Amino acid sequence: MSVREALPDAPPRAPVTHARPKRRGGWRYAGTVALFLLPSLVPLVLYTLIPMVGSFWTSLHEWDLITEMRWVGLGNYVELIGDPDTRAAFLHTLYFIAGYLPLVYLGGLGLAVLLNRAMPARGLLRGVYFLPVITSWVVVALMWKWLLNPASGIVNWALGLVGVSGPGWWTDPDWAMPSIILASAWKDLGFVMIILLAGLQAIPREYQEAAMVDGATAWRRFRHITLPLLSPSTFFVVVISLINGFQVFDQVQIMTGGGPGGATQVVVSQIYDLTFRYGRAGAASALSWLLFALVLLVTIVQIRGQRRWVTYG
Amino acid sequence: MGEPRGRIRSEARTSTRALWAKPRRMARYAVVGLGALAMLFPFAWAVITSITPSDAVLSVPPDFTPEGASLDAYGRLLETLPFWRIVLNSAWIGAASTTLQLVTSAMAAYAFARLPFPGRGALFAVYLATLMMPLPVLVVPLFIEMRAFNLVDTYFALLAPTIASAFGVFLLRQAINQVPREFDEAAVLDGAGHFRIFLYVVLPLIRPALATFAIFGFMASWNSYLWPLIIIKSPEFMTLPLGLATLHGQFTTQWDVVMAGSVVSVVPILILYVFAQKHVIASVAQSGLK
Repeated sequence: MSVREALPDAPPRAPVTHARPKRRGGWRYAGTVALFLLPSLVPLVLYTLIPMVGSFWTSLHEWDLITEMRWVGLGNYVELIGDPDTRAAFLHTLYFIAGYLPLVYLGGLGLAVLLNRAMPARGLLRGVYFLPVITSWVVVALMWKWLLNPASGIVNWALGLVGVSGPGWWTDPDWAMPSIILASAWKDLGFVMIILLAGLQAIPREYQEAAMVDGATAWRRFRHITLPLLSPSTFFVVVISLINGFQVFDQVQIMTGGGPGGATQVVVSQIYDLTFRYGRAGAASALSWLLFALVLLVTIVQIRGQRRWVTYG
Repeated sequence: MGEPRGRIRSEARTSTRALWAKPRRMARYAVVGLGALAMLFPFAWAVITSITPSDAVLSVPPDFTPEGASLDAYGRLLETLPFWRIVLNSAWIGAASTTLQLVTSAMAAYAFARLPFPGRGALFAVYLATLMMPLPVLVVPLFIEMRAFNLVDTYFALLAPTIASAFGVFLLRQAINQVPREFDEAAVLDGAGHFRIFLYVVLPLIRPALATFAIFGFMASWNSYLWPLIIIKSPEFMTLPLGLATLHGQFTTQWDVVMAGSVVSVVPILILYVFAQKHVIASVAQSGLK
């Protein structure tokens, strides 16, 4: 609706808008619309839409970024689906998510519940937990790589004090992924906590009070009131964490570079290596579309499935 | 459920609860406090490591109050990489990218919220679709595109993908939709055109949304690693995450230098955070409630 037509004393145009409600504006504002839209539309076309099309086009070719592109049709996709390295990359990504998500959610939930009560310096404490969220991934990964240094790291030294011989962490194929998961959960704990805190504060006090009058135990109040009413926030955390989890890269690149022995090679590391190490831009593009398809599928399934467990209001 | 029974149970519970209230509260506080220490310790340890003399860095047991503490590591940091320039790069790229996104997104959001034109809904859907594109899908063709225009290893290439933000358009359109149209109309009566309504009526009223978006935009730019890693080769165009990663690649075992770099890159954002903490946290909390 245009501003002018919204005015109460603009009767001459009224009949026209009634007859063709959808074309009310027409191109009357074309100049203004262009002025307002082009600053974002031009870069969006240049740096998002064209690369999107380019990526799909590249995925249908074999290309080393230097010599001529060679058409292979769906060859890259077929090859990737049967490729053990691709499968390993997806499995490592799932391993990361399977470790990271429960850790960060349960930790964040515990903190949110604790910090939802009145206590001294509560604001300061929340701020401290949020600190790693604003720190860049590269810094977090470096700090943890140093903390978890197998020979001179302070974590293994502390474990030694209580008689535990610490593992090789990021240098050990079995411990490399847990190291990355630990650092990632540490970084995102505050984010999850803040989202869930906001969710907790949106729950009306009366519900808890009513249940207390009925003699419900703390656990039952949590299980049957807090958790269901917190489900929209939980849903948000899970959706965002999965989208980000499938694209995990920065911390892996810094902490292990996909190693040792490929034990932490995740999908985005694989895309990066295919392009810049193996000169296979076509296969890399195909893999990025497979990743996108998977993320999209998982997100749609969650949105469809939310009816079953997400309670609004 | 019987009304009296409930009351009796809750009274009994209250007395035991009162008895245990204090120890419980202290236990809760201990858990939260220890957790907070676990959050702070890695930062503190980075600072301590950065001032430990090089030959003592790898020694076990670690030294919490290093003897002969020095700023040598910071000196070596500046010898290896043009670190001040890298810090400045991150700062101005972050500011520029945030400003550009604010301007382009707010204008597009105004068009989508207030200007009627054919195909508006379809175009908005296109904007939303780009929102779902993960960065990994875009980086390879973006690199090729930049190379075709000879833009590899330039400031422009760093900024280009962040000029427009579909997320910003979406967020700000929501905010503009909540501004009552009566305000626009009053301005029209005063003879204002769309540009003046946008500048003097709508923008001041969506200031909280603009601030939220600015925080997200700056954080994303400041922390971005994958795109700079692909497009930047020379140290003088690097931003902090890439500079740090490069430093780490060169000094794999010199943790004092690597931690010095980490400290330098955390401090500016930490200062900003101290001032904007309430707003940052409120913004993130808001994003989860929608």
